[in-house]
Amino acid sequence: MDEFNTTEIDKIREEISESQKRRKTCITVCGGTGCHAYGCLKVAQAFEDEIRNQRLQDSVDVRTTGCHGFCERGPIVVIQPDGVFYQRIKLKDIKEVIAETIVSKKIIDRLLYVDPRTQEKIVHEKNVPFYKKQKRIIFGNNGFIDPTDIKDYIALDGYKALTKILFDMTSEEVIEEIKASGLRGRGGAGFLTGKKWEICHKVNSDRKYVICNADEGDPGAYMDRSLLEGNPHSVIEGMIIGAYAIGATEGYIYVRMEYPLAVKNVTRAIDQAKNLGLLGESILGSEFGFDVHVFRGAGAFVSGEETSLMASIEGKRAFPSQRPPYPAQKGLWGKPTNINNVETWANVPLIINKGAEWYSKIGTKGSKGTKIFSLVGKINNTGLVEVPMGMTLREIINDIGGGVKDNKKFKAVQTGGPSGGCIPAEMLNLPIDFETLAKAGSMMGSGGMIVMDEDTCMVDVARYFLNFTQEESCGKCVPCRIGTRQLVEILTRITQGKGEERDIEKLEDLATTIKAGSLCGLGQTAPNPVLTTIQYFKNEYEAHIKDKSCPALVCKDLIIYHIEPDKCVGCLLCLKNCPVEAISGERKKVHVIDQDLCIKCGACLEICPPKVMAVSKYTGKKRDRILKKSSQKS
Amino acid sequence: MDESEKDQRELIHILHEVQKEFGYVPAQAISQISKQLKISESEIFGVLTFYKAFSLKPRGEHLITICMGTACHVRGAPMILDEFKRKLGIESGETTEDNQFTLETVNCVGACALGPIAIADGEYHGQLKTREVDKIIDKLMNKKRNGSE
Repeated sequence: MDEFNTTEIDKIREEISESQKRRKTCITVCGGTGCHAYGCLKVAQAFEDEIRNQRLQDSVDVRTTGCHGFCERGPIVVIQPDGVFYQRIKLKDIKEVIAETIVSKKIIDRLLYVDPRTQEKIVHEKNVPFYKKQKRIIFGNNGFIDPTDIKDYIALDGYKALTKILFDMTSEEVIEEIKASGLRGRGGAGFLTGKKWEICHKVNSDRKYVICNADEGDPGAYMDRSLLEGNPHSVIEGMIIGAYAIGATEGYIYVRMEYPLAVKNVTRAIDQAKNLGLLGESILGSEFGFDVHVFRGAGAFVSGEETSLMASIEGKRAFPSQRPPYPAQKGLWGKPTNINNVETWANVPLIINKGAEWYSKIGTKGSKGTKIFSLVGKINNTGLVEVPMGMTLREIINDIGGGVKDNKKFKAVQTGGPSGGCIPAEMLNLPIDFETLAKAGSMMGSGGMIVMDEDTCMVDVARYFLNFTQEESCGKCVPCRIGTRQLVEILTRITQGKGEERDIEKLEDLATTIKAGSLCGLGQTAPNPVLTTIQYFKNEYEAHIKDKSCPALVCKDLIIYHIEPDKCVGCLLCLKNCPVEAISGERKKVHVIDQDLCIKCGACLEICPPKVMAVSKYTGKKRDRILKKSSQKS
Repeated sequence: MDESEKDQRELIHILHEVQKEFGYVPAQAISQISKQLKISESEIFGVLTFYKAFSLKPRGEHLITICMGTACHVRGAPMILDEFKRKLGIESGETTEDNQFTLETVNCVGACALGPIAIADGEYHGQLKTREVDKIIDKLMNKKRNGSE
């Protein structure tokens, strides 16, 4: 290990900013998982090749960075220092970008983002509406950092907070600072981070641990992954600071196995930090030593619960255990342990650098700072958004998210993953923080925000979530193991048109029992999706149960596909695409679906040309009328 | 396996390695791990069946994973899954008789902008339509599987 002290870290910082000044232009290519899936690595490689071909490598730099957040528009390329924003870049665009934008300083119109509302073409990243209302204090650096190179992080004041606490602050002072900032855990429950640290700090023990919970299991939430992938050192620095405050010497980062890139990037980051003396014995020449390991999860949602997570690190089944004793008293291998979520850790260096006073000015009275949400589902601008606590749902969904996809009608937004609930359109003016969401029957959770439109069936959504928790229930507590199963069965029956009159009461009864009789958060919150959908969308349940109809036209057993005779032009497209040959007809003659053969796969509706739109879905009385007619004919 | 410590904390790491090497955890491996780590076979069995990462049966030549995250769900993932099931004639979690395809679901891969999404031998197919399912299966049949995913 090289011996480093603080002045040498400063020296590195200076050297990097000097070299960056020399190579003024930097083409940053978003390297998040979303953009990976779009093929961003090939784009970055092609840029590098073209720059070499044009002999520009001394003045232009190419950097594959962390996630920029605007996944909808990937692969994303931002040309710094001006911040020219190109979206949906293809390989064939690259030569032109180099020749036009880099060499001739001209903007290529067709690669710009077009504001769908004003039809205005937007040149710079900061002016794109998706980014304009955000406050990206945690997530913003992702776009400037190559996560595979520690120097990029150091250049942006990385590890400055660590230097500050190691040499200028006592562990008590660090805890006081975090307490004063008002930072609350970003994993879902929202416990005060400084308070948590203090409890663990006060316990006497020969060994203590800190853990970073990166078992981001909520479907539809991926902000933790993007932080770990895109800016792993901010999380590591936060952990070292936490360990110093608590008195821990060893740490674990528990990463979900579904996130291979995060595992890779964080492992490399740890190695690089070790090489610079930022991890290991006597960090930066101080008396404090700390080491951190990466633990790959093995695919179990319940391991995101803190006591289960520790059992998993110990090599056991991820079963939760009774609290108290809390992990702060008796955690990993029986030793005092402090667990925080990825985003919480990433907040720590910022608070130390800028001060608790600055931090506590952001947000609401009870919830300080910003929160990263993953805005997904039926929304125009899918992506990760970081906003100050207290912003309204309406601002997030309409102004940042650009509203609901395909001009459909907004129905609900689901927050908090399988533990959360669905918030209806009437509550769009709700300012988001820990308390308001809880009051609405949902929760902050890790920050998933799934937008649902008129085509989403709320009973089906409840069934979806319960099916999820039922599968993921570890089975330790009977009410959770059997209760969730019963909930799924009742909900499934309802979606199949076999609902009975007292089903809603049964669901509510079961939900209460499961909440009261479960040991860990999974069971205690599992019924929330059912309860909130009953609370806000009871009419949909009643339509399924009483009228055997699915108003959103989702539940397969309650709908039929039908070709409108007055619209069908007889083009044979649907007929050829039907996988079960349920459609009959001839060219230029009206096609007909045989309802007995139809498997309701939707292929006909999908393929029918937008100009024609002859295929419709029906439920309820109209469905019955069509079925009656067709059986009379045959 | 020699380099691994004889300790329960290594169990999950070892199971990951075995799964990666063989594509499943063979019975023989369980008894060997048991001897090495001095943990009972039933305990190992308990751990490996608890986690989704490990399987006791070999997987097929090609692995198709359908994301069933919430965002994908509201964008029609169940229809995509149904189509794969129908085309391959298997339920999710099963392997075709000729050992060519294994169909699995995952709770979220965090590529929500691309939903509904299927991952075929590591390749992402985003914003899928049911009629594209055929093409994905054909493409897999026409290529030899390369070892890495």
